[in-house]
Amino acid sequence: MIYLRLYYEFFKTGLFAIGGGLATLPFLNNMADTTGWFTRGQLADMVAVSESTPGPMGVNMATYVGFTTANIPGAIIATLGLITPSIIIILIIAAFLRAFKNNQYVIAAFYGLRPASTALIAAAGIGVIEIALFNEQNTGNFVSFLQSANIKAIVLAIIIIILTRFIPQTKKWHPIIFIMISAVVGMIFHFAGV
Amino acid sequence: MTSLWELYITFFKVGIMTFGGGYAMLPILQREVVENKGWATEAELADYYAIGQCTPGVIAVNTATFIGQKTKGVAGGIIATLGVVSPSLLIIIALAKIISNFANLAIVKNAFAGIRACVCVLIFNAVCKLWKSSVIDKITFIIFLTVCLCSLILNISPVFFVLLAAISGIVIKQVEARKK
Repeated sequence: MIYLRLYYEFFKTGLFAIGGGLATLPFLNNMADTTGWFTRGQLADMVAVSESTPGPMGVNMATYVGFTTANIPGAIIATLGLITPSIIIILIIAAFLRAFKNNQYVIAAFYGLRPASTALIAAAGIGVIEIALFNEQNTGNFVSFLQSANIKAIVLAIIIIILTRFIPQTKKWHPIIFIMISAVVGMIFHFAGV
Repeated sequence: MTSLWELYITFFKVGIMTFGGGYAMLPILQREVVENKGWATEAELADYYAIGQCTPGVIAVNTATFIGQKTKGVAGGIIATLGVVSPSLLIIIALAKIISNFANLAIVKNAFAGIRACVCVLIFNAVCKLWKSSVIDKITFIIFLTVCLCSLILNISPVFFVLLAAISGIVIKQVEARKK
């Protein structure tokens, strides 16, 4: 029964992939090898589509792989499989935290956790800057890194910094407005160079 | 009183406005969940991301479950999560049927090169907001700097940093309590 197998495979992925969407990739590679539902080449295309469509990447990948394997029911079952372990584990942790929220050790742990969590997001953000504002073909030294700068993207980023941080009227705009404007600007000025 | 429907619709919106991974969702969550709905605080978001990064599963789903659970209990956790994944289901199914090489279209590549430039600024702004509620004294500043530099330079799982930071927090508070 392909649906049960699909649910089981994605449940496993959701249970063992720690740290976000890209962490599911090794599991999907393994799924390609062991089940024969899709090839690794197809998977590379699915990653590209998942990155280029709205929605969290990990969820997009599960939906796409499920759809490729067993059409619409496959898409739904794969996604449900992926999110089931998360829901169960987080509900247990949330109940635990509620029970111990005034415990001094829990409070002290979060005192240390919060700056670390912020730091991990900042580090991930710096990783995005590298992909977004610099081209891939730099050879690793500092000069070639500077030469690989995508000037158009950097100008756009600076304009968005000004609009979101310094101009009172545009500061209040919803983030999606800036995302939409950036998409249009990228299309008009051929940001990807194609 | 927040209804389950309101929770579903809000997280549906968050899902549809997220481009990239769980980190790209942060600026949208700050706007919709913290500022517009008041369902969580900035500090709580930092907590949820910390836990979401060291527990199994996709960070976006883990965070949605947390906020839903806080707002409407177990049913809320499930409904918020279904809300955040629904747009993915609809969009991927629609796209897969129409074009299989969507990501290779020049217009899509250019649009996403623009979106990525924007998303890195939005993540930077989101980090500045989280900073205010998480980096509150010298010790938390040192933790921030150490974790940020180490995770940029070393190729270590975030799980390690999260656990170490939690233990440091407990040890530091114990030492402080002894001094008094």
